[in-house]
Amino acid sequence: MYAQMVKSEATNDDPALLAAFQARIDAGDKIEPKDWMPEGYRKTLIRQIGQHAHSEIVGQLPEGNWITRAPTLERKAILLAKVQDEAGHGLYLYCAAETLGVSRDDLTEQLLSGRMKYSSIFNYPTLNWADIGAVGWLVDGAAIMNQVPLQRTSFGPYSRAMVRICKEESFHQRQGYDLIRVMAQGTPEQKAMAQDSLNRFWYPSLMMFGPSDKESVHSEQSMAWKIKINTNDELRQKFVDQTVPQAHYLGLTVPDEGLVWNEDKGGWDFSEPDWNEFYEVLKGNGPCNVERIEARQKAWNDGAWFRDGLMAHAKKSNARRKAAKVAAE
Amino acid sequence: MSNEWPLWEVFIRGQHGLNHRHVGSLHAPDAELAIRHARDVYTRRNEGVSIWVVPSAEITASAPSDKGPLFEPSNAKVYRHPTFYDIPDEVGHM
Repeated sequence: MYAQMVKSEATNDDPALLAAFQARIDAGDKIEPKDWMPEGYRKTLIRQIGQHAHSEIVGQLPEGNWITRAPTLERKAILLAKVQDEAGHGLYLYCAAETLGVSRDDLTEQLLSGRMKYSSIFNYPTLNWADIGAVGWLVDGAAIMNQVPLQRTSFGPYSRAMVRICKEESFHQRQGYDLIRVMAQGTPEQKAMAQDSLNRFWYPSLMMFGPSDKESVHSEQSMAWKIKINTNDELRQKFVDQTVPQAHYLGLTVPDEGLVWNEDKGGWDFSEPDWNEFYEVLKGNGPCNVERIEARQKAWNDGAWFRDGLMAHAKKSNARRKAAKVAAE
Repeated sequence: MSNEWPLWEVFIRGQHGLNHRHVGSLHAPDAELAIRHARDVYTRRNEGVSIWVVPSAEITASAPSDKGPLFEPSNAKVYRHPTFYDIPDEVGHM
């Protein structure tokens, strides 16, 4: 889940308009950018879609870290393609957010100044090559859990961005599982690397869904607006049920002694992650928070002359074209 | 931050001789780069054979509040549809 703990905004709109709006959502209508919408809906969506977009962009960093060190040319091409996809996903989402009246530069500035967040998961380092497999298998796997139902979200541009993203995301998860499978079935050293990677990424992946929100007012409002479709606990359970047999197939051990099949619920009982660690990471105290924002800030600063240069060139050639047209007339 | 690249709307013609369809938008300094970015962002998996880009600022849209006056009149004109007419079975397919 790339948007965590998104607070819903209070709304002070006309009750009659609000009721009509809710009726449209209940009837399954899509809300489009120019339609009337409550201020709270607009603000909550900007926060949620923005956070989602930032996660796609920052998420390129832990994987980009391994592009030059991929073990084969094929793995390198695959990883490049995946990281390029993440940039595309960020762009689809920024564009969806922009239809709500915020500019992309605004959103970027809010990320860099720490006023907007990105998913906690990207504050963990990718230490060995198997981590690239674990990121695809577990992190993208967890993201898919959330993104598939979001294709039905009430806001049209967000829903359409999700449809595009989901089409591409399945490649991400499968290439990750394929990578870690090769490691798990390789030499004892390689298998140990795969196990080490699962050990480190298991609980951070469970944290991606956020703490239990069964009783959260924010969650209730977002669900009524259909910008959140399932509770965090539902999605986490689904993720565990899907992932445990995949780990067993690889001969890897899920690092949870409390993991036990529960016949009654037809799912796995599992241990909660350490939520204190989660809140620390959100506060900026994870292993890589500082490094991630520094990398984004550097890319933003170093690219400024290039962005400005291209804009200056575009303005000049536009003026030249206009002048030539006037002269010809 | 004031020098943000303008927004462009992107239209792609799919493989099968269809119309160009709106697929999304992107930022670019000029039309030429908008096409290049569109190629990178929206056609990574054989999605198209041709790209159009249009500055978003140049698009004029109908207002949501005009939905009624613009589109409701056609609801009453059922005779515009072929299914309005009964053709006797003996006549065969028409």
